Amino acid sequence: MAQREEFVEQAMQYASHLYPVALRMTRNRADAEDLVQETYLKAWRSFATFHEDTNLRAWLFRIMTNTFINNYRAKQRRPDEEGLEEVEDLYLYKRLNTFDQSRMSASAEDQMMDLFPDEDIRAALEELPEVFGLPVLLADVEGFSYKEIADILDVPIGTVMSRLSRGRKAMHKSLYEYAVRRGLTQPPAGIAGTTQSTTN
Amino acid sequence: MSNCDETLEELQRFLDKELPDGMLQSIQTHLGSCTDCLQAFEFHAELRTVIARKVLAEEMPEGLMDKIRSCFGDELTEDMP
Repeated sequence: MAQREEFVEQAMQYASHLYPVALRMTRNRADAEDLVQETYLKAWRSFATFHEDTNLRAWLFRIMTNTFINNYRAKQRRPDEEGLEEVEDLYLYKRLNTFDQSRMSASAEDQMMDLFPDEDIRAALEELPEVFGLPVLLADVEGFSYKEIADILDVPIGTVMSRLSRGRKAMHKSLYEYAVRRGLTQPPAGIAGTTQSTTN
Repeated sequence: MSNCDETLEELQRFLDKELPDGMLQSIQTHLGSCTDCLQAFEFHAELRTVIARKVLAEEMPEGLMDKIRSCFGDELTEDMP
């Protein structure tokens, strides 16, 4: 029984990680709450199959991801894999670096916190087709290793790496486009011929 | 020691802490002497931190923890809703 109580206590500590990721997956609070609860129900029912040396956080995320894919995906219409365009390497960095040198040169996290408002981050993540969005969430938000993500999503490690790469680049492009729309930087076409910083 | 192209090629695996030791040292050596690459790496590291912070800053709805707690109780043998 003590073992069970320990399991419950530890599992509940991860709720603050599961919920925000569930929210980005489902894109609405009601579904996210349901998804997290279903995850815990399933985890508890599967307690017997849980081994002590299993990474509990990865195990919970695996349950949640599978539940999401099975129960919620059908409700949502997201572009499929072909819908994601190829984006060049360092897309966001090159643009911000060239056109907003003064802003980025200090490279302070606080400045980036302002440059990309919460709603832009949210939208850029939610726009990603699921096959790319899930690995990006698991890696960039939760910091899971390629191996853990491969286990959670049941895909080969090479697939995880390529989806992460494509997904991140697409997300960065979205972030850049949102920043441009906010007037924070100038699009390349607007200052043709200028390759360096536009400081004053 | 890696050159700039080789270094930037490994940006993702570096930030994901998935580079093999030998490669990691080679990249770190380059970053120690190339501010351009270092800046690009720092930018992406910070961007990732910002994304994680913003996503995880989402507060849990009131009452959700209680609902979760109840998942471990009597519902154990019931069917899923």
